[in-house]
Amino acid sequence: MTGKLTNAQIAWRAAQDIQDGAYVNLGIGFPEMVARFQPAGRQAIFHTENGILGFGEAPAAGEEDWDLINAGKKAVTIRPGTAFFHHADSFAMVRGGHLDVAILGAYQVAQNGDLANWSTGPKGVPAVGGAMDLVHGARRVAVITDHVTKDGRPKLVQACTLPLTGVACVTRVYTSLAVVDIEGGRFVLREKLAALSFDDLQSLTGAPLHVEGDVTDLTVPEL
Amino acid sequence: MDKRIASLADATAEIGDGATVMIGGFGGSGAPIELIHALIDRFLATGSPTGLTVINNNAGNGHVGIAAMIEQGMVARMICSFPRSADPVVFTDRYQAGRIALELVPQGTLAERIRAGGAGIPAFYTPTGFGTDLAEGKPVAEFDGRSYVQERWLKADVALIKAETGDHLGNLTYRMAARNFAPLMAMAATRTIVQVSHVVAPGGIDPEAVITPGIFVDALVHVPDPAQEEDLNRAGARYPEVTA
Repeated sequence: MTGKLTNAQIAWRAAQDIQDGAYVNLGIGFPEMVARFQPAGRQAIFHTENGILGFGEAPAAGEEDWDLINAGKKAVTIRPGTAFFHHADSFAMVRGGHLDVAILGAYQVAQNGDLANWSTGPKGVPAVGGAMDLVHGARRVAVITDHVTKDGRPKLVQACTLPLTGVACVTRVYTSLAVVDIEGGRFVLREKLAALSFDDLQSLTGAPLHVEGDVTDLTVPEL
Repeated sequence: MDKRIASLADATAEIGDGATVMIGGFGGSGAPIELIHALIDRFLATGSPTGLTVINNNAGNGHVGIAAMIEQGMVARMICSFPRSADPVVFTDRYQAGRIALELVPQGTLAERIRAGGAGIPAFYTPTGFGTDLAEGKPVAEFDGRSYVQERWLKADVALIKAETGDHLGNLTYRMAARNFAPLMAMAATRTIVQVSHVVAPGGIDPEAVITPGIFVDALVHVPDPAQEEDLNRAGARYPEVTA
């Protein structure tokens, strides 16, 4: 294993915590990868904001039906048990506490659970989509992300400096180096790569990492 | 009662300058391309309607549908959640030039504001957006220890939507995820104009299968084999077509 997990390995680790029959929303982009790594024998039911529950994988090229797309506007398929519904019902599922877990990307996560993942500042055309809705209502709001930015700065921080998506909403973060829970306004370290010392991990993290009980090795398969 | 109207031009004839127009669709799915293009045809022929406020999830893609309306200069203001797309150049250029206004609304809040408009609920509280830039200036309140933002209803003069099957009374079914905002917009507009792929007589839709009851529909136009925005964009289409 190299010094950090690949995106696929982060997605694999997040997928291990999804229970059989769970209702799950995966954010657009990297989080969609989590669907590929459901453990054998478990079947999550995926929700997409534009109005589908229980959709299937992408169709073969040339087989797309453009009335059958996900929130990222990519073609999906129906499977036995798929349901369609309108947008107000879809977001009732989101805000009404009916989803078991939402897994999202992040620019920054603060130690109190604040999330910034929709805007990098005033440049360009602002666009929010369903990001601000998704962070409210799911029983667990998890983030998957590299532990640091491309230029090496911590993404787990004391307070977000980028525009917030939601306040105190994230409950767990799966990073390229560790699994961290957010409890009582603090980062609580649950798992870390075995080859990485606590001090090295702390130096890459923008707020104190607390230890309560065991910190286990973050182990994933080669993918 | 028969809500059928013979032509797209007739169906869209009364939309006036400065109107607020809800347009169904999420990206290309459910986009009523033929109704939109009929409106563009009227604008090109008469200079009206213009100065429109358009409510849609997005702000157009490529050079057809809503993007083509914006490109013609018919749209003064967009209310949407995600004004980006595979090819957002039309909206982006106008926005950055200060020639179109944008009200950015979280997607679920947009849907609920439209639903509220149709349901006669002038305002509601939602957790969405609390503590963010998009809640600035809005009233907040605490319920059972949690903070919520007050949002107001959205209504429109006209809704343009696409459905799969409609009967003469305006009862509608939709096709897969093309349903998205359409049932909400149908409720929230003073006049709801629907293009349907199939028209049937009353009784032709199982009452258990009706998604939008006809009370929310004012006009029905038969558009067999409607265009898909995604297909048009993949083919590099523009509206109106550019002739050499």
